[in-house]
Amino acid sequence: MAATTKPMIECTKVSKVYPDGTVGLKNINLKIAQGEFVVIVGLSGAGKSTLLRSINRLQDITSGEILIAGESITSARGKALRLLRCNIGMIFQNFNLVKRSSVLRNVLTGRIAYYPTWKTTFNLFSKADKQTAYEALQQVGLADKVYSRADELSGGQQQRVSIARVLAQNPQLILADEPTASLDPQTSRKVMNDLKMLNEKYGMTVVANLHSVALAREFGQRVVGVRAGEIVYDGQMSDTPEAVFNDIYNGGVGKGVAQS
Amino acid sequence: METSYQKLVPQTTNKLKVCWHWLIAIAAIALIAWSFTDMDFGGIKASAGQIAGAIFKGIFHPDWHYVYTGDGEDLVSELWETMCIAFLGTFISAIISVPFAFWSAHTKYKRWWSARLGKIVLAVIRSFPEIVLALMFIKAVGPGSAAGVLALGFHSVGMLAKLFSEAIENLEEGANEAVTATGGSKWHIMMFATLPNLLPALISNTLYRFDVSLRSASILGLVGAGGIGYPLIIALQYRQWDRVGIILLGIIVMVVLVDWLSGWIRARLV
Amino acid sequence: MTKPATDLLTLPRKKLRVMNLLWLVVLIGGLVVSTQVTNTSLPALFANFGNFTEIFVAMAKPDWSYSGTVIPLVIQTIKIAILGTFFGSIVAFVYSLLIARNVIKNRLVTAVLRFVMNIIRTIPDLLLGAIFVAIVGIGPVAGVLALSVFTFGVVVKLFYEAIETIDPGPIEALTAVGANKWQIIQVAILPQVMTYFISYVLYAFEINVRASTVLGYIGAGGIGLYLQQTLQVFDYARTGTIIIIIIVVVVLIDYISSKSREALMR
Repeated sequence: MAATTKPMIECTKVSKVYPDGTVGLKNINLKIAQGEFVVIVGLSGAGKSTLLRSINRLQDITSGEILIAGESITSARGKALRLLRCNIGMIFQNFNLVKRSSVLRNVLTGRIAYYPTWKTTFNLFSKADKQTAYEALQQVGLADKVYSRADELSGGQQQRVSIARVLAQNPQLILADEPTASLDPQTSRKVMNDLKMLNEKYGMTVVANLHSVALAREFGQRVVGVRAGEIVYDGQMSDTPEAVFNDIYNGGVGKGVAQS
Repeated sequence: METSYQKLVPQTTNKLKVCWHWLIAIAAIALIAWSFTDMDFGGIKASAGQIAGAIFKGIFHPDWHYVYTGDGEDLVSELWETMCIAFLGTFISAIISVPFAFWSAHTKYKRWWSARLGKIVLAVIRSFPEIVLALMFIKAVGPGSAAGVLALGFHSVGMLAKLFSEAIENLEEGANEAVTATGGSKWHIMMFATLPNLLPALISNTLYRFDVSLRSASILGLVGAGGIGYPLIIALQYRQWDRVGIILLGIIVMVVLVDWLSGWIRARLV
Repeated sequence: MTKPATDLLTLPRKKLRVMNLLWLVVLIGGLVVSTQVTNTSLPALFANFGNFTEIFVAMAKPDWSYSGTVIPLVIQTIKIAILGTFFGSIVAFVYSLLIARNVIKNRLVTAVLRFVMNIIRTIPDLLLGAIFVAIVGIGPVAGVLALSVFTFGVVVKLFYEAIETIDPGPIEALTAVGANKWQIIQVAILPQVMTYFISYVLYAFEINVRASTVLGYIGAGGIGLYLQQTLQVFDYARTGTIIIIIIVVVVLIDYISSKSREALMR
């Protein structure tokens, strides 16, 4: 793969100002290498979501540039943008499944970018892709729910369906926006384990926003701390003292930990 | 124990607001009073009470012979025709409404003036009198229920597409975002996220519209566009009160049954 | 989590949903039957579409000199709508208190009154117009009576549903201090529902303005009378004038009314 030499994500001087003047991101510089498991921590409203959603351009940034495996997603348009997104899976806090469609169809959504439009319109997915989707469901332990409607599943099951969707999509990069925020602690760990599996077994790069310090400590390799739209900490989890988390979560007025 | 109570201070009022309320109330009363002018309530025909009584009596002593005669001109076949007009008219309007709804829904995918224009077009369609539309179609396809079907089919678009577009606007963005994030195009978003999420609202609104269309279909006959309205106006003109009674009874039973049925389907849908 | 991840199964076949198929059959059957019963054929429509567009073109060249004749009847139409809304709402107001189960505890009374209400709700506006024309004779009074009954049907259901969804706490509190029925209504119920009531009345008014424009067609007063006259003599230019004026008035009233409803609910 050509991407091995280039970083998976490279943000240079990224800023985002909302139309009402609120500053979402302030001069973000961030490099994430292939195969890393990065957790982004910070208070709600600190800009974690904005950062993630800027990476696959669900939101446009005001200035700066974001490169995905060396290609600029900031300047991509139309088909080129869709092909880049095709390589980035996303997991949402609210699962974002199509509630009235079957689980299988939801997982197949991960494959649609590979099909011409007329084929997807008539639901002509190849047998191979249906099998891929089914295998993805087995990996997350939901094979028996394949024809159930998505809204018949519990929250944790729905989130695992969305992980299967990403698995079927088979991207190099996964963005997880608060994947456990609507789940109970036990299901949260299951979902995080699934993400870890994607990272270790398939070598996918994972960038996850996490609320919970415990989960971040357990699963993250690298920590990025965000406060008020700025990166205030960046380091390996193993070298990160507890004080850093306290600092990020308790405001730590004025004495932000130096950026590494 | 000694406590000194404070005197009650008068409530501070927002003078401007109170003024506005009074102004609106006075304007409303004035409007209603004005409406009474030139309204000749004394001119009611002396026979009014008698006729009302006759119609009322007709409802309780209906012309049972009219219910089914087998010649296709009886109550049952006319009601059946009315239902068919409503069914087909609703179906046609539901199909026409979908593109109109996407046009007039205010979503972030398009410019605001496009949706605004669509809403104006729908308002005009809604306000175009159904009966005139029916008469125009009578000119095109001749008198009969086909004209009624077409009139309903086009007129209902105004309301149905409005309801559809509101459903589109109220849709959650989440599923759309998920499809966008996997690299789907606008068309993919529509096929995979918007339409499946929208379908229950579409069906529910269409069923609701069927209820309304059924009521409309039962009056289209007044202008010759088929259905139960025609025999009713004839019976009213010839003062056959027992027949008026049975027709009214028939319409009431039909509407109640269909309302109940569509309510049942809608409840199962959710 | 019964299956180990290494041993992947092949996808089983999807089970056929019998109910979905049944609905499809009902839909298609309904379409076929109703097309036959109503004799609707699209080819016939397209073959005669010229006639249709001809009328449209004729109406698109309105005869503005006619508008002087039209305006007084438009005003009468609006008056009919206002009075119909007024009378219907007043009756509905009292009636809704009698059928709300949190006001009247007697189930028999509410059930009988609701049955009557549901029957009245089924009768379409023009049908009421035709009946009242037969009863009181041709003229705007028939229109006012028809719209009163129609308005009653529209708002009474909205009214009593609003009453039944209020917070029951204040009613209990007032019962506890020994208030009588009317005091309870006045102090505990009306303040909670009044804005809804006004909003529903405005909504009914919008519907009534639309309905009143065609009532004249069957002789129940208002602009519909000229609609019928001009259509009878094929004077489409004048019909066009009437329709354009109707549309402008209706859209305008709709706009004002819906904006005031929004302001009210804020």
